[in-house]
Amino acid sequence: MSVIDVREAVTQAHHEEWARVVASLTRRFGDLDIAEEAAAEAFATAVERWPADGVPPNPGTWLTTTANRQAIDRIRRVNKRDGKQKQAQMLYDDDPPVPAGPIEDDRLRLIFTCCHPALAMATRVALTLRMVGGLTVPEIARAFLVQEITMGQRITRAKAKIKAARIPYRVPSAEDLPARVSGVLAVLFLVFNEGYLATGPGTDAVRQDLTAEAIRLTRLIRALMPQDGEAAGLLALMLLTEARRTARVSASGELVPLDEQDRGTWDATLIAEGHRLVRERLAAGVAPGRYQILAAISAVHTSAHDIRDTDWSQVLALYDQLVHLDPSPIIALNRAIAVAELDGPEVALAAVDRLEDKLGTPARSPAGARGADRRRVGHGPRACPRARGAGMLSRGVRPESGLRRGDCGPPRGHSPRPASRSPAISAPARSCRCSSPAATASWSTPAASPVSGPRQGPASRSPLTACRSSPSRASPKHSSKTCTPMRRRSGSSWSCRVS
Amino acid sequence: MQYLVSVIDANTGLATPDEMAAIDAFNDRLEAEGHWVFAAGLESPSTATVIDNRGGEAVFTDGPFLESKEYLAGFWIIKAPDLDVALKLAAEGSKHCNRKVEVRPLLG
Repeated sequence: MSVIDVREAVTQAHHEEWARVVASLTRRFGDLDIAEEAAAEAFATAVERWPADGVPPNPGTWLTTTANRQAIDRIRRVNKRDGKQKQAQMLYDDDPPVPAGPIEDDRLRLIFTCCHPALAMATRVALTLRMVGGLTVPEIARAFLVQEITMGQRITRAKAKIKAARIPYRVPSAEDLPARVSGVLAVLFLVFNEGYLATGPGTDAVRQDLTAEAIRLTRLIRALMPQDGEAAGLLALMLLTEARRTARVSASGELVPLDEQDRGTWDATLIAEGHRLVRERLAAGVAPGRYQILAAISAVHTSAHDIRDTDWSQVLALYDQLVHLDPSPIIALNRAIAVAELDGPEVALAAVDRLEDKLGTPARSPAGARGADRRRVGHGPRACPRARGAGMLSRGVRPESGLRRGDCGPPRGHSPRPASRSPAISAPARSCRCSSPAATASWSTPAASPVSGPRQGPASRSPLTACRSSPSRASPKHSSKTCTPMRRRSGSSWSCRVS
Repeated sequence: MQYLVSVIDANTGLATPDEMAAIDAFNDRLEAEGHWVFAAGLESPSTATVIDNRGGEAVFTDGPFLESKEYLAGFWIIKAPDLDVALKLAAEGSKHCNRKVEVRPLLG
């Protein structure tokens, strides 16, 4: 086996086995620190030994066994050094680790522990990327533009709190599960958005490492909780967004609005997978949560071969439903864009003007839409004082090329929610960078106040009714989508065919 | 594992009779479910005296050691197997006493 093959085997094992190793060790030793360090040592040992000894037939078992030994050695060393006599019996348990199966649950435990609500949002993100994703501290620090030492301290403090305050290592009870799953998905969505709306000066417009990591972790959640609709919805949303990645950035590094993107470069495989998930959720007949609705909106956009083929009535119907779950002005703004497409810009402008009352001060995002809409109705950019800047923003020009990042923050007093910054809702031609994550921006700068968690609309209380679906008939590349939004007096239902 | 649940007040004054009744009911439940260790309400911060006897001679200072808008108005010490249980109880405590609370583990 060549050196390159071995290196690839280690990389693959790292992707596939890291979380499993850390999770099983954490359960066994009850200590994230020990688990993390032993896992890292086991992988270092693999890098050393596999080139000479060959890749073991079951790398996962090899790594877990090795990590277990490392952990026991470490505990013995520490105990010896400290002169402590008391050594828990389990620490001498040299039995081979439990084979895969129930260990699946361990990874879920690990995720729920890392995303515990008693930890700050930025901490949850960092801890999840380290413990579940296996990213190194320097990698995470680079990703979020903080100093390595700061990121290291953040993770260390989190581990200390988990231990001292006894944050449990378990899957939450059924009663608490929906809220806790939303918390986990919010963390993954933040990671994705940080990649998708990369905020750092000098960073690429899209940080593929982060979007890829977010997708990988969301796939894991999806695999571990196949019955969870929102996990499927979030995965679909990420895939349908990622599918447009290459089309979204021009050769000169600027963001390309949806209506100017070369749809031929969209990734048909990712779109197909995303559509499959959306269809699955439609077929489930359960009231959708926000991620599922956002994914469905994204599915409508990715079903159109040309911007002119976009089924705006379906987009609007979906936004109507989303507004019920999330009454935030930014969702309403995105809804207004669909209104503009259907009923004309004047109607949409009226809606945007009403939004300003809600927002208190005019935000840049509404101004962005307004600037764009005014242009469309024949007003020059000067018609709106902010139109020039806002229009530039709304067309997805990278902020650092024209405006300071600080200009992109949300209006004061408005609590941003991840869903409201969804890449999927960066609807046609007006992919509002301005609705960029305040959350992301503030935890890129550690001195900023902690990010408030997202508010999740409880799907169970949603006024939405079940969805109807029809089976797949053709590959999405050539798919045509017929969506028939229906409005009822008592609420709304969606019926959406992705074929 | 024991946790200190501090009740944080910001000049809302003493608990109202309704709040007291709710707190009593909550305390009964804590006892019945085996979480109860201790609880007490505190007089206002202005009644506090700070003592520093590190230098060999005790120095008494009138007032709280920390002047702030928010202050400790009372506390529970509860027993809970882990933070999730403690957080749930604290959330109920906050509701019953109608104030913010903070949960902090006691050194084990």
